[in-house]
Formats: sequence, C-alpha cells, structure tokens
Amino acid sequence: MLKYTLKRGIIALITIWVIITVTFFLMRAIPGDPFTNEKKIQPQIMENLKRKYGLDQPLIVQYGKYLQNLLRGDLGDSMKYKTRTVNEMLRTSFPVSAKLGLMSIAVGAGLGITFGIIAALNRGKAFDYFVIFLAVIGVSVPGFVFAALFQYWFGAKLQWFPVARWGTWKHYVLPVAALGFSSIAYIARMMRTSMLDILSQDYIRTAKAKGLSRRVVTWKHTIRNAILPIVTILGVNIAGVVVGSFVIESIYAIPGMGKYYVQSIQQNDYTLIMGTTIFYAVILVIMMYLTDIVYGIVDPRIRIDE
Amino acid sequence: MEQVGLEKDMFEVVGKDLESAEAIIRPSLTYWADAWRRLKENKLAIIALVVLALVVIMAFVGPMIRPFTYDQQDFTKINQEPSSEHWFGTDALGRDIFVRCWSGAKISLFIGMVSAIINVTIGIIYGGISGYLGGYVDIIMMRIVEIIYSIPELLWVILLMVVLGPGLKTIIIAISISGWGGMARLVRGQVLQLKQMEFVLAAKTLGADTSRIIAKHLIPNAMGPIIINLTFQVPGAIFTEAFLSYIGLGIQPPLASWGSLAQEGTLMLLIKPYQMFFPALLISITMLAFNILGDGLRDSLDPRLRK
Amino acid sequence: MDNILLDVRDLTVSFDTYAGEVQAVRGTTFHVKKGETLAIVGESGCGKSVTAQTIMQLIPMPPGRIKKGNIFFEGKDLAKFTDKQMEAVRGKDISMIFQDPMTSLNPTMKVGKQIMEGLIKHQKMNKAEAKERAIEMLRLVGMPTPEKRFEQYPHEFSGGMRQRAMIAIALACNPKLLIADEPTTALDVTIQAQIMELMQDLQKKLNTSIILITHDLGVVAKVADRIAVMYAGVIIESGTADEIFHNPQHPYTWGLLKSVPRLDLGQKERLVPIDGTPPDLFAPPKGCPFAARCEYAMKICKEIHPEKTNLNSSHYVHCWLQHSYAPNVKNPITGEGR
Repeated sequence: MLKYTLKRGIIALITIWVIITVTFFLMRAIPGDPFTNEKKIQPQIMENLKRKYGLDQPLIVQYGKYLQNLLRGDLGDSMKYKTRTVNEMLRTSFPVSAKLGLMSIAVGAGLGITFGIIAALNRGKAFDYFVIFLAVIGVSVPGFVFAALFQYWFGAKLQWFPVARWGTWKHYVLPVAALGFSSIAYIARMMRTSMLDILSQDYIRTAKAKGLSRRVVTWKHTIRNAILPIVTILGVNIAGVVVGSFVIESIYAIPGMGKYYVQSIQQNDYTLIMGTTIFYAVILVIMMYLTDIVYGIVDPRIRIDE
Repeated sequence: MEQVGLEKDMFEVVGKDLESAEAIIRPSLTYWADAWRRLKENKLAIIALVVLALVVIMAFVGPMIRPFTYDQQDFTKINQEPSSEHWFGTDALGRDIFVRCWSGAKISLFIGMVSAIINVTIGIIYGGISGYLGGYVDIIMMRIVEIIYSIPELLWVILLMVVLGPGLKTIIIAISISGWGGMARLVRGQVLQLKQMEFVLAAKTLGADTSRIIAKHLIPNAMGPIIINLTFQVPGAIFTEAFLSYIGLGIQPPLASWGSLAQEGTLMLLIKPYQMFFPALLISITMLAFNILGDGLRDSLDPRLRK
Repeated sequence: MDNILLDVRDLTVSFDTYAGEVQAVRGTTFHVKKGETLAIVGESGCGKSVTAQTIMQLIPMPPGRIKKGNIFFEGKDLAKFTDKQMEAVRGKDISMIFQDPMTSLNPTMKVGKQIMEGLIKHQKMNKAEAKERAIEMLRLVGMPTPEKRFEQYPHEFSGGMRQRAMIAIALACNPKLLIADEPTTALDVTIQAQIMELMQDLQKKLNTSIILITHDLGVVAKVADRIAVMYAGVIIESGTADEIFHNPQHPYTWGLLKSVPRLDLGQKERLVPIDGTPPDLFAPPKGCPFAARCEYAMKICKEIHPEKTNLNSSHYVHCWLQHSYAPNVKNPITGEGR
C-alpha cells in the first residue's frame, strides 16, 4: 500500500510539473504580447509594463521566476484587471465553483449509482431500458444544450426557478441539474455494467449456495464489489464536471472560476489564463490522486500487498 | 425386460459414424460476416446509420435547396420565427438559419471526422511503436501518455487554441493532438499480445511467415476495437468543436459551425429559443447516432457474443 | 428405504436460449445413501454440473427450467421449493463446492467472515461463537495457523488452501450432503490428492454423503462407493465402483477406462482416446447419444434410445448390446465375451 501511494504521488507531482511547464511555454509562444490589443501605449510605459511582468527577460529566467512564485503560492497579477491578482480572483470564485461542482458530483454519483443498481437488478425490464436510454442521451447531448433547455423551460417558461445568478438554494437547482445530468448518465451506465459483471461471478453463486438471503447477497457481496471500479470512474467524472462548469457558469451567469476562465480566454488575459489552467490542473491531479488512494484503501487486493 | 417387436436385423453392427459426430449444427461464418449479420439485426444501430447518412447528405444538399447563402444578411428580416420562407427562421443579422445550419453541418462533420482519423492514426503509430519496441521505451512512452491524460483533453485543446488562435485548421490540429491516448493504449495492448503469439508461433514454425501472421492476426483482432474507437472519437470531436465555438475559441463568424450557431442562439435564448434549438438539435442527433452506432458495432464485433 | 438421503427421479432440465432449447439434462435418475460417496462421471457438457446445480436450485430460471422430474430430499421434493425455502436448505442441509477456488471466493471479504456467514444465518450463532467455530473448521481442513488465516483475504491464499477454505465454508454447518463439482480440476496433481484425502477424511468424521462430479475417472477410483456415468444429458451406466472398474458394460465406459493412464497396464499399452465429439444438445439424437462414436453401434442404436438393463440390484446400463439379438462382443476391459 505504501509503495502504491508513493508511486502514484510521484506521478502526480511530475504531472503537475509538466502542466506548469507546458502551460508556461505555450503562453509565451503566443505571437505578439498581451498589450497589442490595447490602445496605443507610449513606448516608455510599454517598457515599464514589460519590465513589471518580466517580459524583457530571457525565457528561461522568466520560467524560473514563475516557478519560484508558484512555490510561494503567487500566481501573478491579472493582465487585464491590473489592480487585481490572479490569486484574489481565484479566491473569490473558487468556493462558488466548488459548491456547484461538489453538488453536481454528489447528485451524479448518488442518483447514478442508485439507478445503475436498480437497472442491473431488473435487467431487461422497463427501468433497465429507461436507464440505458438516459445514459445514451446523457452522453450524447452536450451540457450546454441541457443548460439552455433547463434555463428556457424551467426558468423562463414555467418560472419555477430563477434563470441565472447565484444566491438562494433555488439558484442551485438548474445549474446542478444541467451539470449533473451527464454525470448521472455516465455513472449509471458504468454501475449497471459493473453490477452485471459481478452478478456473473462465481463467488456470487457461492454466496447463494451458502443459503444467504437475496438481500445479503445483493448488498454484502454484489454491490460491495461492484462499487469498487466506480471509485475510479468518479475520478474521471470529476474532470468532466470541471470542464462542464465552464459553460454552465457562463450560461447561468454564476460568478465562479469557470465564468472567469471563459472571460479570460476571450480577453486574452494571459496570466489569468495560465493561473486558472494551472489551478484547475492541480485540483484535478489531486482529485485523481485522492481517488487512487481511496481505491487502494477500499480494495483489499491493493491494500494488502502479497 | 426385453422389448417385444424388435427385428433381428436392427441389430446389425454398423460401427462409428464420425461425420455426424462432428457435424456442426450451426453454419459457421467468418468473423466479419458474422459481425455484419449481427449489426444488421440491431435495428437501432441501422437507424442510427441511416440518420447519419441523411445528415451527411443534407450537409451538401441543404444549402442548395434554399435561395440564400450562409452569410447573406437581410436587415429587414432579423430574428424571424420559422416560416415558409425561412424554414428555421432568421438570426440577429437576418441570415437564414436553415442554410447556416447545414453549411455548419459540413464544417462540424468535417472537423469531427478529420480530427478523429488523425487522432486514431497518431494513436496507432504511437501505440504500435511502443508495443513493438517494448521494454523501457514502452514503459516510458506509456507513462508519458498517462501523465498527459491526467488532464482532460478539453483543457489541452483550450490551451492549444489560445496559442494557435481560432480557425478551422487550428481546431483540427488542436483536437488531433489531444485525443490519441486511448487509441495508443489499445494498439499497444494488441501489439503486445501479438508479440507473444508471434513468439510462440515462431518457435514452432522456425520463424517462417511472421509477417503473414501479423497480417492474418493483427488486422482482424485490432481492426474491431480500432473501428469502434474511431466511431466514438467523431462525436467527441464534434462536441469539442461545439464547446470551443461556444466559448469563442472555435469557428469565427461569418463562418458557421453547429457550436458557433448554438452560441449565437444562446444570446437570444429566452426570447427566440428556436435560434439555439435547431443547431442544438442537430448536434444532439448526430452525436446520439454516432454513439448508438458505436455501441452497436461494439456488440457485434465482440467475439464472445457470437451466437 | 430410509437409508436413502437424496432421490432424483427422471430430472429433465432445459435452457431456453436465442438459438433454441438446449436440453442439458434429459431424464436422469439416481440416488445417494447416507454416508456414501456417489461419483458422477462424464466429459464437459454432458449435464453433470447442471444436474448438481439444479439440486441446489442455483440455475437461473429463466433461462433454465425444470421440465419434469423430482428431487426428493428427506421426503420433500426440492424441485417444487420456492427460493425462500431453498435458502433454508442451502448451506445447511446441502452444501456445494465449485471448480475454481480462485473465483469462487469473494475477493473483498475476509475468509473467516465468509465462513461465519453461514453459521450466523443457519445455526443462529453470535459473532464470537461463529468465529470460534470458523477457526475450528479451518483447523479441521488442515489449514496451518488458522487464527491468522481467519483474518486474511483470498488473494493471500494458495490454490490448494483456497479449496480447503471452500470446504470449510461448505461443511461449517455440518450438512448431510456435500456436492463437489470438479473440486480438483483447477489444482495441481499433488494438491488434488491432498484435497481428495481431506474430503474422504472429513466424510468419515462427519458422516456426510458426497456427490463427486468429475470428468476424471482416475480421481474417482479410491474415493467413490458408487459411480454413475453420464453422457449427453443421460446416465448410461451406473454401479458400485468395483462393478464399474472391473465389469463395465457400456462402450462409452470402456472408452473412458481405456483413456485413463493406469500404472498396472505396463508401458506397452497405448492410451486410446474416444474419437469424435459429444452431440449438440440443441438437437440431441433420437437414439443412443453415443451411437455416432461407438464402434459397436448397430442400426437400432441410431433409432431407439436403449432400454434399461438391470445386471443386478446395484448395476444397470442403457445399451442395446445387452439385448439377446445383439452380437457377442468381447469386453475390452474384462476380456470376456458377453
């Protein structure tokens, strides 16, 4: 177990380093500099700006400085909003996105796992077909379509929920539904497959042969084993939710990281883009690492090395 | 007790009849013939195939059957609901949405398919080399893939698009560079399997005909998963393009793609929902059809499900 | 006779599949007495596993179904039992162990707990009692350091040890009948012998009846009291071990015996495999199922299923060679003319 944890940890760290480096050099590879779109700036001020952002130094030096700053937790200043730092903007928007994301994942996992279990136990019957149908729709229809649909129907037409912004619990419903839908679909499908796979295993037959009741066989033997691969699936799902949040937050005008990210892209605010990308990447890598660890704990075949 | 009424000549010895002993009741088909037969039986997959064919046809025919071009603006007819003149209505600049949807189809489908093909090709080459060389090279190459793929593809694509700038060519490049990991792993697995087989066979046949073995075994075994993967890559690429265009990194006006149309439509969503509805519908139907077809292919190409 | 524990009569089981009905078991009749070991021998696909699993009602129905027949156990017909009623029988009165111990144990549950489950359910023990008994069972099946093994997971056991654990689970509640479905097929030869010895030993100690299912006549030799030979869903010969090994009457049985390596036959004797493959159970032949592969087959063998011939009170065979009209055939095992 220890070896496993360490190995995964090292890979995680290397991954983060790769992201930082790649992002940095990619950003610097953009032709022109970030000020070309601005109104004419006097050369002297241009010089000062360049010096402030370190753009007059050789690339390697800039890279070194960036890394140094990162280790201190400083992601730099926004190039567009010159009075604000990247850190600041992340600090205010991250909690919002985190709430949205976590709720979507919780809903996705909760409903997804439940649907998957029920579908597998009722194979070939109506609910099973319903879940498969849902799963295919959820994976095929893009998140922004759901977002728009919900916004239009439940927000504007039926007026059940507010159309945008953030505040009361009512504001959560539509965005979480839009973000969570594809999670539910994906997880339900995976859980169903996992259940069916476990149900065909020999040890389920052994459990029955011992005379255990259907309930015990289903819960203690089938579900307990079927849910293991879902831990890994959740890791993948988290990535999907993060990416989906960009669009959902934009559509619902939710003041989260995603909305700022999209804005920064549209405005070519390179430090903000870089900082946010790195932040996202780090979060994702950490989440994947955590899921790996949890999986290692939960599956005794990994927890107990031979 | 002995049965009455049996004739003595019934007890003439006739011996073994091995032909009937080894007769196989079910006709044996080749792998591909069986797969095609199974696919044909899957009504849903066939419907999906037909739908896709229709979409492709309309992508070419659509713009031709209406007297507008995709960038033709008409300020007297902005934001009109669908009518007999403008079947899908008009947008904020008076452009006909029907024509824009179908010329957008051409672009979205083109991006989807070309990116998917390049993706798969890169994956096959990378995975093939990694599996063939084996050893440390293989381990390192696969670790690289693993690290790259800890980050969702979309994030890579966004980064690349920010650097490369929006446009048709850059989108294809960005998507192609970002999505080949799954294919690489798959092909590598096949090659490794094949290497084992090759080794065993070589030991028996003194190394003769190894290239024929590769051709006769690698192709049938690997083609199935490759085709399936390709079928799933296309909707992924279409979705990525739609997503990029939606956040402004993709196709720029006046060109249209489904994603950019959806984005334009969102601005008027609450008042004129049809503007977003049509491109969104087209995206969804196309992706749905590809996914159903992919599922159908996966089922029919799985040798374990042969009946 | 109240010496009989299990009495299976004309059991017929089919599977309804996409491609049609598979007649897996076509009218088998056999019985098991208290304290004895019955071996059911036959090649893969002959229906022996299906028969065994049907006794325990472990076959999913659908697609399987019992077309007809009875399974009398202690006077009650198990074929008519509901799932709930079977739950009380499984693990308690009748237990089963399976072929592959690797996949037959829950990989995420400690072995000790897997033994305790049955004890808690059937014997109504509390956790402490069940734990004690489980450790005792592990000791009984010859597991070294049973207290330690109790806390371990299946992947920490070797193949032979896993099968011992399976036996411990099966015998924990002291069932009257143990069904062993190819218990040694997946194990090394030396381990095979150990497991068979263990089963014999436990049978003596606990007076359990055993149904031993296998395709390997060699495994059966020391252990079985009676043997039933099964082919294509029917029992074609049945008798005591002595009768089957020393006076077999069915050509298939001869074929089986000739293909088993024997130390007493000397080096010059070749092993003779049986040509051909068993018939497809989608469309079983109407006559004797073995006719196509039988060198003594007669015209009648292809037309009519052979009637039963009782050679004595324990030995019977289904073969037209027994008929008075049939030509004399030299028995390749005993050397006698018929």
